[in-house]
Amino acid sequence: MTRIVGIDLGTTNSLVAYMKGGVPTVIPGREGRAMVPSVVAMTDNGLIVGDSAKEHLTRNPARTVYSVKRFMGKGLADVQSELAYFPYSLTEQGGVIRIKLGEKSYSPPQISAMILKELKQRAEAHLGESITKAVITVPAYFNDSQRQATKDAGMIAGLEVVRIINEPTAASLAYGLQEKTQGTIAVYDLGGGTFDISILKLKDGIFEVLATNGDTHLGGDDLDRRVADLMLSDIRTAFGIDLHAYPDHMQAVRLEAERAKIRLSDSQKTEVVIDLPDAIGRFSRELTRDQLESLTADIIERTLAPCRFALKDAGLAPAGIDEVVLVGGSTRMPLVRQRVQALFGKQPHCHLNPDEVVALGAAVQADILTGGTTDMLLLDVTPLSLGIETMGGVMSSLIRRNTTIPASAKEMFTTYVDGQTGVDIHILQGERELAKDNRSLARFRLKVPPLPAGVPRIEVTFLIDANGILNVKASDMRTGQSQSIEVKPSYGLSDNEVERMIEDSFKFAQEDVGARKLIEARLDAGALIATTEKSLAEGGTLISEKDAADVRHALSALNAAKEGHDPKVIRARMAELEQAAKPLSVAMLDDSLKRSLQGKKVSEVTKGR
Amino acid sequence: MDHSPTHTTGRRELQMARSMCWHCQSEVSGEYFCERCVKVQPVSKEADYFTCLGFPRRLTIDLQKLEAKFYELSRAFHPDFYQTKSETEQAISLSNAATLNTAYRTLRDPIQRAEYLLAIEAGAVKEIRSSPPADLFEEILELQETLEEFRASDQSSDSGHRLRTQLQQEQHTLEQRKREMETQLERLFVEWDALQDRGEATSESRAERDRLLKHMREILSNRTYVKNIVNDLVATIG
Repeated sequence: MTRIVGIDLGTTNSLVAYMKGGVPTVIPGREGRAMVPSVVAMTDNGLIVGDSAKEHLTRNPARTVYSVKRFMGKGLADVQSELAYFPYSLTEQGGVIRIKLGEKSYSPPQISAMILKELKQRAEAHLGESITKAVITVPAYFNDSQRQATKDAGMIAGLEVVRIINEPTAASLAYGLQEKTQGTIAVYDLGGGTFDISILKLKDGIFEVLATNGDTHLGGDDLDRRVADLMLSDIRTAFGIDLHAYPDHMQAVRLEAERAKIRLSDSQKTEVVIDLPDAIGRFSRELTRDQLESLTADIIERTLAPCRFALKDAGLAPAGIDEVVLVGGSTRMPLVRQRVQALFGKQPHCHLNPDEVVALGAAVQADILTGGTTDMLLLDVTPLSLGIETMGGVMSSLIRRNTTIPASAKEMFTTYVDGQTGVDIHILQGERELAKDNRSLARFRLKVPPLPAGVPRIEVTFLIDANGILNVKASDMRTGQSQSIEVKPSYGLSDNEVERMIEDSFKFAQEDVGARKLIEARLDAGALIATTEKSLAEGGTLISEKDAADVRHALSALNAAKEGHDPKVIRARMAELEQAAKPLSVAMLDDSLKRSLQGKKVSEVTKGR
Repeated sequence: MDHSPTHTTGRRELQMARSMCWHCQSEVSGEYFCERCVKVQPVSKEADYFTCLGFPRRLTIDLQKLEAKFYELSRAFHPDFYQTKSETEQAISLSNAATLNTAYRTLRDPIQRAEYLLAIEAGAVKEIRSSPPADLFEEILELQETLEEFRASDQSSDSGHRLRTQLQQEQHTLEQRKREMETQLERLFVEWDALQDRGEATSESRAERDRLLKHMREILSNRTYVKNIVNDLVATIG
């Protein structure tokens, strides 16, 4: 049985988890951190992902991508209003956003694939086996295009995505496994970029989703932006400088805003500090929790309407909810907890780690799919109504929102004109009356044998599978023959494009590994040089002139190697430098010990023995 | 009803045309799993939703039992449990699960259940009324006029307020009518089920059957009409 891992591909952070002896467990990276920042940087030496890429946000903002999840399954027009916030340049090709990094352009699934690859490698290193299959989570309110884009990302990363599962429902699996609760729960999931609410009935191991609602453009990012905007306007007033002209400082402001927001979950006030460009100085101000709350109250308020809609669709009053489960880092904010408590009239459940619970749930779902867990079953729903455009540009709904998936609907088509050989079908998703107000998913042309008008009878089956992804089949009722349909997605990569991206990704994989080793060696070398130089400056007088000269010699050798392109040479020079610096570190240790003993009586020193 | 299935709980049994297991070609007669090779079998295209869920064709349904059956069959069919199986089995699981979900959704709701029963018993699609039912004719006509007046009025003025209050009262009246229709339907449900339980094949029972179906259809279409008017009303007065 091939192992399936569970992946939470988040807007801000991503995680990978697996089932370890019946317990879902997240896989930590080399430094022991479970979360991989969802950041990809294009450096001169290749692509880097995660913590080290995050450092590039302020160093090289134009070539460092963050929050790419916001662009999945979207066209440029969808994100027009927020283009100004992103330091990298976006274009569109074939209905899909492209992100320009250096000379090459990448689609959002390709960037996401880089994050997935990082997680894949992490899991492979931890488990000592090759990982080829994954369950990946998406916001419950993601539409078909966004889900498909996520699946494409998996394929490009060399992962078979055996299931796309909704984040709040994944969380409910982890919650249910741990708490063994029965009853009706609401999962309130406020992440970095998206908001979801799901209402579920838990009974005898069945997790039945009653209703889901949400907003795929509402999350922690938006809260940070408010704080950042406040800082920017303060800086403009105090220093007369507009930081929008300095992309690197804009990123510094964004990151500081996020950190301040996080600090204010635990304290009543905090200090925000930004070093200004061109040696103008440093901006600092106090920010209180009250101020943060009045800056962001309306955004948090916007999460409540979807909650009410979901309750209504589930046919429940707030009192009908037995427990409210909080998911996503943003639910750490006290104001969020207050508002949720006020709406549902009960204290929310906060005993789960809101950062990890989604990945853990994905691991549980993966275990169900491999046959490990057999007593639990998730019955999820489709978040949006699916329909087709009919005469007059009206949407005719075929599968209503909150229908349990898999779900199917059949529709019979015929012709209006004698000899007509095709019927054009436009598939839509959304809740609005008119086709143009809903999301266009795809178009296809139904082939019809040339017959008198009204005679052909083509039955089209629309099937939403357990991933929430649409499949279309058609068959001629007169001949019983089925026809294959080539669906052209409105906002998605074509099969050929995905194919090519997979090939590219394999081709570059080899180069990537080399580039990665070089980058890591350079980063490590840089750190070693910095600490050694500091030691030499502080303790250089403690060692002989010859020892000091040896250290300086090894330092310059390493500096030279760092400019080269061979990670092995860099590692060798690093080892030599460590060897040469040994007398220095021994002398410094002795010295610090000596100083710590100074001024103390012998009796005090020996007492502890 | 000569071909209605007998209700057997606890066993996955369906009565329908006998056919062969797609895998081992042994005979299967409506079971969801082949008795010999234990492979999942596709739900027959001819099977109605009652049959699919193993319930008799009755209009009063114990929702707890229906849910229990739905959960049981979900555990049998859901694609989650077929990930490691053959492609054919995965396809059957997907299609069975989709059918099961539709069946459950339809039978769970009394109105949809009755409309579905009408469709399979009387073979007609649900008709949409274009003119108000006779006993509501005057009332609805008056309401339409008030609605027009309200739309044209300055809604913050005194007369606007008066019209809104009037419309709100109309809304309550119509909702009350809708509830009455639902109560009426419930009584017909009981009559229908009793007729089915007697299982007579006399000309009187056939006439009674037709009368019940006709009556139910009438109430259902009136109810849909009233429901649409109420929705329209709510959308206008907010």
